[in-house]
Amino acid sequence: MNQANFDRERGVKLLATMERIRAFEENAVLAAERDKLVLGAIHPSFGQEAAAAGVLWPLRTDDYLISTHRGHGHTLAKGADPIAMMRELLGREGGCCGGKGGSMHIADFNVNMLGANGVVGANITIGAGAAHGVKLQGGDQVVIDIFGDGAANRGPFLEGLNWAVVFQLPILFVCEDNQYAATTKTTSVTGGDGPAARAASLGLPTQTLDGNDVEAIADAVTETITRIRNGGRPEFLHVITYRQKGHTSFDQAAYRPDGEADKQMADNDPIQRQKNVLAAVGVAADEMQAIHDAAQAEMAGALQTAADTPFPDEALAFTDVQDVGSPVVEAF
Amino acid sequence: MAVTNYSDAAREAVREAMRADDAVWCIGEDLGRGGVFGQYRGLQDEFGPARIADAPISEAAIMGAAFGAAIVGTRPIVEMRFSDFALCAVDELVNQIAKARYMFGGQSRAPMVIRQPMGMWRSSAAQHSQSLESWYTHAPGLIVICPSTPQDNYSLLKAAIECDDPVVYFEHKNMWGLEGDVDTAEAAVIGEARTRTHGDDVTIVSWSQTANFAVEAAETLAGEGIGAQVVDLRSLWPWDKNAVLDSVNKTGRLIVAHESVAVGGFGAEVVAIVSEKVGAALQGRVRRLGAPRALIAYAPNLENKMRVTAEMIVDAARDLMQKSKTKG
Repeated sequence: MNQANFDRERGVKLLATMERIRAFEENAVLAAERDKLVLGAIHPSFGQEAAAAGVLWPLRTDDYLISTHRGHGHTLAKGADPIAMMRELLGREGGCCGGKGGSMHIADFNVNMLGANGVVGANITIGAGAAHGVKLQGGDQVVIDIFGDGAANRGPFLEGLNWAVVFQLPILFVCEDNQYAATTKTTSVTGGDGPAARAASLGLPTQTLDGNDVEAIADAVTETITRIRNGGRPEFLHVITYRQKGHTSFDQAAYRPDGEADKQMADNDPIQRQKNVLAAVGVAADEMQAIHDAAQAEMAGALQTAADTPFPDEALAFTDVQDVGSPVVEAF
Repeated sequence: MAVTNYSDAAREAVREAMRADDAVWCIGEDLGRGGVFGQYRGLQDEFGPARIADAPISEAAIMGAAFGAAIVGTRPIVEMRFSDFALCAVDELVNQIAKARYMFGGQSRAPMVIRQPMGMWRSSAAQHSQSLESWYTHAPGLIVICPSTPQDNYSLLKAAIECDDPVVYFEHKNMWGLEGDVDTAEAAVIGEARTRTHGDDVTIVSWSQTANFAVEAAETLAGEGIGAQVVDLRSLWPWDKNAVLDSVNKTGRLIVAHESVAVGGFGAEVVAIVSEKVGAALQGRVRRLGAPRALIAYAPNLENKMRVTAEMIVDAARDLMQKSKTKG
C-alpha cells in the first residue's frame, strides 16, 4: 500500500459502512433469535461486508442497484434508511415496502435500489433490463447487478449477460462469491472454470478480486464504473469472499469443514482487515472504536424504533395488487 | 379505419401508441422482420431498431429485461411468439412482474403488455397450440385479455398499452387474417364484456376464437327459435360478472365455452360465481364446453378431437332447452 496516496477519508468511510452493515445484521439476528420479532427467514452477509461497501462506493444516488436475498448490506451501502429497513424486517408500518416484502424483497426506489429478490439469479435479467431502460431513455446512469455464486448455475446468468453484451448496456455484473450455494459448496456443483470464465466467454471484460479487501474493490469499481458510464458497455466482476455464518440465521452451517469458518473469521474478516489497513496509515484505535460504537448505537436504535412501530393497517393487505381488477374493487 | 384484419388492427394500435408515447417500445424475436406472424411488419422502418428491437431466443431475458426496463420508466410491449414459449419465462412473469408492485409496497409499477399468440391453428401439435389463459387469471397482479375480433384487438391492445398494470394479452393465431370493421375512435374498457348477440333463452359465455363460434351457434339457434345471448368476456381478469349475471337472470340457462382444457379452465370460475350468486335461476341448467384433458395432436383428425365447435355449442343449447324452466 502506498501510504502517501492513501485516501484516508474514503478508508474511514468504507470502514463505517461495513460497521453499519454488520451492526444492522447483528441486530436483525437478535430480533429474529432473541426477540422473535423477525418471523421470516433472513439471510445475513456476515463476512461479506467489503463487497457491499466497496462495490457501492462509487455509485451516484441515481445509479441503480439490484440485489439478492442476501441484500441488506448492498441496500444500506446504496443509502437506504436503516429504520425503514428494520421496520420491513419486522413487518411494520413504515417499512421500505410497507411490511409487504420483508428481508428478501427489500427495495428503496428513493435511492434507486430496485429490489432484493427471493429467486436466485432472477435479478440478472432484470438488471440488464434496467440498463436497457437507461439506454433507451438516453440516461447516463450505471446499473450494479449483484448476485451470488449459486446464480451462475441458473439460466438467467447466460441470458442476462448475453443480453447486456448484445445491446451494449451500461451495467456492472458483480458475482459476490461467498463459496456456498445455500448449504452446498459451490465448486462441487459447478462445471468449468467458474463465473468469470463463463462471463468472458460471452464477451464481457472480467476482473477477479479479493472480496474481503474493501480498498481494492473500491479502487477497481471506481475505475470500472467510469469506464462503463463513458462507454456504455457491460463488465463483470467476480469478488471472492466468505460467508461466515449459515445460509439463513437459523442455519448453524454444520456442513462446513471443521475450522474453516473460524480461520476465516480470525484471518480474513473484512472489517478487521480494514482496521489493520487504517491503523497502518495512522488512524487511531479510538477513532475506529467510535465508528464501531456509533454503528452499534444507530442499529440498536433502529431495532428499538422498529419494535415500537405498529403492524400495518389490515386494509393494506389488498392495496397495490393492481389498479384494474383490484381486490379492493372486485367484491367476489 | 374501415375493414381490416385482426393482425393489422393490432399493428395499428401499436403504431398509434408508439407515436403518442416515446416510452413505448417492443421487444421480441424477429420483430424487425415483422414478427413471426407479420403483426409488426413495417414498424421498424418507422420507429427504428431500438424501439422495435430484435431479441435473442431468450424468453426469460426478454421477459425479465423488459420488466427491468419497465421499472425504470419505459413501457415495453413484450412479444412471446407463441404462448407456449412464455412458459420459459414464467418466473419472470408470475414471480417478478406480477408481484413487484405489491412486494415493494407500491414503490414500482410494471406497465407492460405481454403478447402471447395462443390456440390451435393448423397441425402444430402439443407445443405450439395451447390455450393457457386460465393459468394467468390465478396470478394476482396480472390482467388477462383475450380479444376475439379486429375491433377488440385494436381497442383492447391500445387500452392494454395505456394501462399501468401488467397485461397478459392473448391473440388467437387462427384469427390473424380475420376481417372486420374497426372504428379507431372506439375505446375499450378492460373488464367490460361485449354482448355479441341478444336472446332470452340461453346465455353463452365465451372469449377469443370460441366466442366467434358461439356467435355462429347463436345464428343457427335463432333459426330454430332459440334466443341465445353470447357474452364475449374479452378479458378474464377482471371479468364482467354483472354482464353474465344479468344475462343468466334473464335466460336461466348457461353455457361456458372455451378452447382450453375444461378441467381448471376459466369456465369453471364463471360457473362457480354464477352458482353462488344466481344459482336459483339456473337450477342445474349448465353446460361446460372445453377441451378434453388430453394433448393436442399433429394429425388433423386427432387435433379435431380437442376442438370446441359451433355445432357442439348448438347441441348443448338444444339439450338445455329440453330442461323446463321453472320461474321463481
